[in-house]
Amino acid sequence: MSVPRYWREIPERSRLEASKCATCGNVIYPNRARCAKCGSDSIEPYRLPERGKLLTFTVVRNPPRGFEKMAPFVLGIIELEDGSRLMTQITDVMPGEVTIGMPLEAVLRKVSEDGDSGIIEYAIKFRPTF
Amino acid sequence: MRRVAILSYGLTKVEKHWRKSLRELFGDAAKEALKETKIPGLDALIVGNMCASDLSDQNNIGALLADHLGIIPSTAYRVEAACGSGGAAVLAAYASVASGMYNFVMTGGVEKLTDGVGGETTRSLGKAADAEYELFFGSSFVSLNALIMNHYMHVYHVSREAFADLAVLMHKNGARNPYAQLPFEITRETVLNSEKIADPITLYDCAPVGDGAAAIIMCPLEDAPKYSDNFVEISGVAGATDTINISSRSDLLSLNSTVVAADKAYKMAKVTPADIDVAEIHDTFTITGALSIEDLGFSEKGKFNKLLSDGAFEPGGVVTINPSGGLKSRGHPVGATGSYQVAEVTMQLMGRAGRMQVPNAEAGLTQNIGGSGSSTYVAILRRAR
Ligand SMILES: [Zn+2]
Repeated sequence: MSVPRYWREIPERSRLEASKCATCGNVIYPNRARCAKCGSDSIEPYRLPERGKLLTFTVVRNPPRGFEKMAPFVLGIIELEDGSRLMTQITDVMPGEVTIGMPLEAVLRKVSEDGDSGIIEYAIKFRPTF
Repeated sequence: MRRVAILSYGLTKVEKHWRKSLRELFGDAAKEALKETKIPGLDALIVGNMCASDLSDQNNIGALLADHLGIIPSTAYRVEAACGSGGAAVLAAYASVASGMYNFVMTGGVEKLTDGVGGETTRSLGKAADAEYELFFGSSFVSLNALIMNHYMHVYHVSREAFADLAVLMHKNGARNPYAQLPFEITRETVLNSEKIADPITLYDCAPVGDGAAAIIMCPLEDAPKYSDNFVEISGVAGATDTINISSRSDLLSLNSTVVAADKAYKMAKVTPADIDVAEIHDTFTITGALSIEDLGFSEKGKFNKLLSDGAFEPGGVVTINPSGGLKSRGHPVGATGSYQVAEVTMQLMGRAGRMQVPNAEAGLTQNIGGSGSSTYVAILRRAR
C-alpha cells in the first residue's frame, strides 16, 4: 500500500471518524459524497461510538496473502451503540470463544505490514469488553 | 425501443485451460456462435471480463478480441462489474440493439483465472469488495460471505446441512452438463467434511476457480427469422446496485440489488416468478444461492431449505434452478459467468440442452451478481420459435 493512501485513510480507520447527514441524521460510514437516505450533500463530521456488540463473525482459516501468520483470525461485523455497523477484526480472544451478541470495544492494533521494507499498517479492531 | 432476439451462442467447457490464452478461449466460443447464424457481420462486440489486467497483464480487451476474431474495425469494448461483468455486458448489448444503434452485436465474457500464480487469483477476485474498508482487514470474498451465512443461520435457525444440500443438488445437475468444470455427484458429507475456509463455509460451499468463455449474438427480434430458425427473445433485462461494503447494509440477509433488478425485469417482461420454468442463478457460495432463490421470489425469506427438501428446485419441480449445475458445479469463470447463464437458458428455450433439458421450457431467468451483492443483472428470456 502506498504511504499517501495509508495516511489519508487514518481518520476513518484509526479514529472511527465517520459523518452524519445534516438533513436527516443518517450516520454514514465509510464516508460518502451524499446521503443514501435523503440525497443531501450536507454532511457533518461525526465520531462513531467505541462500543457495540457482535452481529456476526467468521473464523478465517484460509487467509489472503499477507495475513498467513495471523490465521486463524476472526472477522466480525459490529453493531455499535448508535446502531451503525462496521466490519473489522475481533482481537484478544480465542476464535472458539467468540459468540454472536458479545459486547465489544475498540482498540488500535497492527493489521498488516508490507514486507521487510514497506509500511506497517494500524487500524481499529474490536475486543471483548473487560 | 426495438424488441431483441438472441440468435445463437457458443461456449467452452469451464476448466483449467492451461494451453489456451485469453484471446484463444474467447475465439473458441465466438467461432461457435458465429457458425450457428447467417448474419452479414458484427457491428459491435461488448465483452465482460474482470481479472485480465491483474492476471494476464492485458487491458484493452475489446480491441484484442476484435482483432483476434477478424472483425476490426467494428466497435469493441470490455465491461467490468466484477463477477457481474458478463451480465452487465448482456445489458449493454441489449440496450445497443434495442435503441437502434446497432443491428448485430456479439456479447459474451472471458476469464483466464489460471494465468494467476500464488495468491494472485484470490487477491484479484477480492477486488470485487471494498478495498479500503474490507480487504484492508484481511477479508476475502469467501469470508465476507461467511459473515452473511453465519448471520443467516443465526437469524432463521436454518441448519448448516441445508446449505450442503443445495451444493448436492447443484452437483447432481452439473453431472449432466458437458460444459461443467466439476461434473460429478457429491453427498452432504462431501460438503460437511471438506476443508474449512472461513467458518461456516467449507470448500464445497464454494464455486471452483476455472477458465471459460461464452459468446451470444443478438439482433432485432423482427429480423431474427432471416438469420436463424431457432431463436429466443430477451423480454426483460435490468441491473441494480447496493452498497459495496456489506456492513453498510441495513439487512445483510437480502440482496437488494437482486430484489430491485428482478422486480424491474419481471415487470418489463410482464411475468411473475411463478411463470419462470428454468433459472440460472448466481451461487458463488451456497449462501449466495440461498439468498438469490429467495430474493428472486422463488421462496419466502428464510425458507429456501423447505422448498429445497420438497424438490421444488429440481428438474420437474416448481422452477428448475441451475440445470447447468450453477457456479458450484458448472464453474465460475467470473467475468464470463453471466454470459454462460444467458447461453444456457437460451439453450434450454431452444430445446437444445440435451441431458440438462427442462421439458417444455417457455420462460427462463438469469441472475448474475457482482461482488457480494453490490450489483446484480437479471435477464428474462422467452421462447420465440
Ligand atoms: Zn440524509
